Amino acid sequence: MSEHPGVPAAPGPRPTEMTLNMGPSHPTTHGIVRLKVQVQGEEITDCDLEIGYLHRGFEKMCENHPWNQCVVYVDRLNYVSPIINNVGYHMAVEKLLDLELPARGQWMRMLTSELMRVCDHQTCLAASCMELGAFTAFLYLIKGRDLIWEVLEKIVGARVTTSYTRVGGLALEPYEGMAEEILSLMPDLRDINTEIDKLMTDNRIFIDRTRGVGALDRATCLSYGFTGPVARAAGIEYDVRVQHPYMFYSQLDFDVPVCSNGDCYDRYLVRLREMEQSLRMVEQCLARMPRSGPVSVPDARVTLPEKELVYTRIESLMQHFKQHMWGHMLAPPPGAVYHAVEGGNGELGFYLVSTGAEQPWKVRCRPPCFGITQALKEMIIGRTIADVVPIFGSINMIGGELDR
Amino acid sequence: MSASSENTGFRDTGSWAGPELVQALRERFGEGLRAQSEAFGEQEITIRREILPALARCLRDEHGFEMLLDLCGVDHLGQREERFEVVYHFYGLAANRRLRVCVPLSGDQPELPTLCGLWKAADWYEREAWDLYGIRFAGHPDPRRLLLYDAFVGHPLRKDYKMKARQPLIGPGSRHEEDASHV
Amino acid sequence: MEMSPLQHEMGLAEPFVTTKLDKVLGWGRKYSIFNYPFVTACCGMEYMSAACSRYDMDRFGAGLPRFSPRQSDVLLVVGTITHKMAPVLKQVYDQMCEPKWVVAFGACTISGGPYNNYAVLQGIDQIIPVDIYIPGCPPHPEIVMDGLIKLQAKIQHQKHEV
Repeated sequence: MSEHPGVPAAPGPRPTEMTLNMGPSHPTTHGIVRLKVQVQGEEITDCDLEIGYLHRGFEKMCENHPWNQCVVYVDRLNYVSPIINNVGYHMAVEKLLDLELPARGQWMRMLTSELMRVCDHQTCLAASCMELGAFTAFLYLIKGRDLIWEVLEKIVGARVTTSYTRVGGLALEPYEGMAEEILSLMPDLRDINTEIDKLMTDNRIFIDRTRGVGALDRATCLSYGFTGPVARAAGIEYDVRVQHPYMFYSQLDFDVPVCSNGDCYDRYLVRLREMEQSLRMVEQCLARMPRSGPVSVPDARVTLPEKELVYTRIESLMQHFKQHMWGHMLAPPPGAVYHAVEGGNGELGFYLVSTGAEQPWKVRCRPPCFGITQALKEMIIGRTIADVVPIFGSINMIGGELDR
Repeated sequence: MSASSENTGFRDTGSWAGPELVQALRERFGEGLRAQSEAFGEQEITIRREILPALARCLRDEHGFEMLLDLCGVDHLGQREERFEVVYHFYGLAANRRLRVCVPLSGDQPELPTLCGLWKAADWYEREAWDLYGIRFAGHPDPRRLLLYDAFVGHPLRKDYKMKARQPLIGPGSRHEEDASHV
Repeated sequence: MEMSPLQHEMGLAEPFVTTKLDKVLGWGRKYSIFNYPFVTACCGMEYMSAACSRYDMDRFGAGLPRFSPRQSDVLLVVGTITHKMAPVLKQVYDQMCEPKWVVAFGACTISGGPYNNYAVLQGIDQIIPVDIYIPGCPPHPEIVMDGLIKLQAKIQHQKHEV
């Protein structure tokens, strides 16, 4: 205990060791994992981490559904930023099919992805601040998320489980006046970021609870396969949007915030700064997106006809039916592909195996928070029970993608 | 359908390892490398199971693949002669290149050496592959199930495991209930 | 006896109200719901929205989540319950004191939702009794409000053990 600065060693004999069970339903774990910790007084000496409480058979479900319908299950992987999952999965399918989206569809995918990234970071910061007692920050950030979701509801028709993309395009065209509405949100969203910055960044309590807590060095992070904000907080300059730019990310002007300590405080800083960068990207997407034109590939074998035409033209009716009936549906050629996008938590990769059938043979999702959650054990051993709270908050474990 | 050969930037195609790496590996491991493919612009090598630890160490220490990004099992039941396959995705940060390594495994009780000593990430990935596919990793320090519970019988992602088969712990159909009905 | 202005306003002729004990208890209990959010999955996102300032469940007296089953009287089951999680849910339910109510929040808790497979419990009513089902995948906060009002009506009109 005395190793921690500011915490004096307790007088008297060392307390005996005991086992403490945290979770799977526990107030400080806003996801369901079970931590069986060995404690000596307040200090954690060992830990066994049990996951899988939300294993919903994602892969098995995908293997039994047509390529296009898997999007429903893909949504529910990282349910905080579902559109990024949608985009990642469908870009992998499009790689199999060798399809390329029209420019407007690509810009829309980027726009919605970046809005989702803001939501993701807002939710993560909200939860981790609340668990440290900063309830005001929680309310502000969830308010901001609701602002985005209300626009999202107009774009997609759903707030959380979006199912926005389709093979070769999008489910819906952007609505009239969308750009203006999103732009009108920007000042509010920036205000919320400023408020959080003022509330938390120089907050003595917050700094004491997070600085130097949960830090891992660069080599360990790489060994665990860290990506995303947690890796960037440890000085690993890896962002899929920069290293493997997809769509038009190489044309956008944005910075990748990187810190060096790798502790909870740096993870907070990285996420806070990334939100600002994402808002910048949203503005650029809106400025550069073509105002008209198709969002989906104009290929009758891939995309659905307009609903109006299904009712009035026999060819469109046939096209519609063929895409929905077993034996006539979209079947990518045999092969295996891996495609990664930058998710809210890091590299979100999809490894697909096709046998040329109408449903995937395998849909593997590389869950970004998998390695990070695995490293939780190493982060908390030697620390106190109270440190579990900020560490768990900062790694942003999402049950849906961790357990699949 | 448009051709991706123009590479308008929709997908990044330049971030996979080039043929020179495969050439270097072939010189080093010879017959251990069974096949090589560059389909969809992705560098993939298929290797014999015996050379996996040496190849992985070589990739990490000599070719800069610092990260084991992903590891998963695949069940090719009815598709290929060798039923199982373990697929590794490696990534080298400095050189910014990916590499996929496939290890086909025959038989219903497949086994291959663990990579836990090289990458910490391998620990959970291998436990997951054991849990869902029943692929054993010899030398794994903690070979328990990861996602499912200990009482679970079988490996659900095997193709011969029925999607709707159920093994509840409590409630209707659970073993506890059945025991009660016998009494 | 003189009547107060409030009694005038309410049209009460007498300075007292007659009612049944059940009604008073129901009235008190329905406006002081202490919920235990058993949050597992995606529905938790909408639960957060419903509980926060924009939709504000506190307007219905259900604003204080309790994270101990012994201090709560409504178990909100939010999100998919897998077979691995089911014994935990049952245990939490058993630990709650009477009177207690259960809300099934979202399609997965009602029927397993889109997950009809080896891992997922096909509806929590297979292991614990459910009072209110709130449909949706996930339900919109306004539907959550509606479900909450229905739960309040149920609490008001049921018999209360003393």
